[in-house]
Amino acid sequence: MSRALAAILKRDLKLALRAGGGAGIGVIFFLALVTIVPFAIGPDLPLLKRIGAAVLWIGALLASLLGLERIFASDHEDGSLDLLLLAPVPLALIAATKALAHWIATGLPLVVMTPVLGLMLGIEPPALAAVTITLLAGTPAVTLIGLIGGALAATLPRSGMLVAVLVLPLAIPLLIFGVAATDAAVTNEIPFGAPFRLLCAISLFFLVLGPVAAAAALRHARE
Amino acid sequence: MRLLAEGLGSMRGGRSLFRDLSFALGPGEALVVSGANGSGKTTLLRTIAGLLPPDSGRISLAGWENPPGEAVHFVGHLDAQKGVLTVGENLAFYRGLSGGGGATVEAALQRMAIGGLAELPAAVLSAGQRRRAALARLLVSERPIWLLDEPASSLDTNGQALLARLMREHRGRDGIVIAATHLNLDLPGARAISLGDGH
Repeated sequence: MSRALAAILKRDLKLALRAGGGAGIGVIFFLALVTIVPFAIGPDLPLLKRIGAAVLWIGALLASLLGLERIFASDHEDGSLDLLLLAPVPLALIAATKALAHWIATGLPLVVMTPVLGLMLGIEPPALAAVTITLLAGTPAVTLIGLIGGALAATLPRSGMLVAVLVLPLAIPLLIFGVAATDAAVTNEIPFGAPFRLLCAISLFFLVLGPVAAAAALRHARE
Repeated sequence: MRLLAEGLGSMRGGRSLFRDLSFALGPGEALVVSGANGSGKTTLLRTIAGLLPPDSGRISLAGWENPPGEAVHFVGHLDAQKGVLTVGENLAFYRGLSGGGGATVEAALQRMAIGGLAELPAAVLSAGQRRRAALARLLVSERPIWLLDEPASSLDTNGQALLARLMREHRGRDGIVIAATHLNLDLPGARAISLGDGH
């Protein structure tokens, strides 16, 4: 079983890193979004500092979702989804493995870039550390929520918008607690741990729900 | 092991494709499913594979303990090759996915007479070469039941002869072959089902 999952992880990472695979697109989108915000807001450093964490979270959230609508659709189009369904491994684990590959290729680079981009927004080091840790805990959940949307849209053509509409409402709690934890680290009005633990709880919830729901959606899509 | 289908029936889009279809296949036996376009050949194969639930009837594997997915190789009309990966990488993926246990990637590609293409991206292959690469999946892991959907499409004469030889060897090892086709496959002694005329 682990051999089949390792094969899926390896293949999806290769596909993401090859030409047209989309691993770089999320990072470029994130960079572009964070770069243009200061131009829109103007040279108001205190304001940038205050909203910087929120900008990073919104950027990372949207960048994480890029490409997820194709996560199963491309396998459906070339026939390999049938072979994944026939593989001697539970479908939920296959879906979870595909999500892991997507997160390593798209989500992890965003987390790594966050401290650098945070400097561009004038965020102080403690807040920078906080936003990086919250993104590390939160972006896997975004990928797993998107996984459900991707599975629902597996057999639909041009489903990018549909997936965004399905997925964004579910991602709102992550955004709220992610930004709240970062604010807590800066202002010390509430302890950082409280919203951060809620963020981790939501992340763990989607770790369970995401693959199971995606597997159910895929089975229905095939019928 | 024996593959038993009892009273199979399937509807697609509100239309009955076939009903009350029964057959039993033992070791070394083969079944050729023929019929006009749209008569349900692919649907029958997908139903046997377990990719589609039958609307009536049942399929069972007598003498098979493992999950049904581990009994079948399914080669559909799509080749399931990722264009940006090389032919070798594509096949290595399917070898890992199905648990291995069969021929190595190199040996399987050699056998399909496309050993020289292992390092090429699958996107540059011709339709016939892609078909051979898809059929190479049959060799990289041992499965008793082969479900082949138009396996000979795009294959040249040599390719068709090679396919016939592979199917003969598989039946010689007590394997079962079920092929949906409108071409003539060299499957001596195979049973035939024709869909869309009375079923």
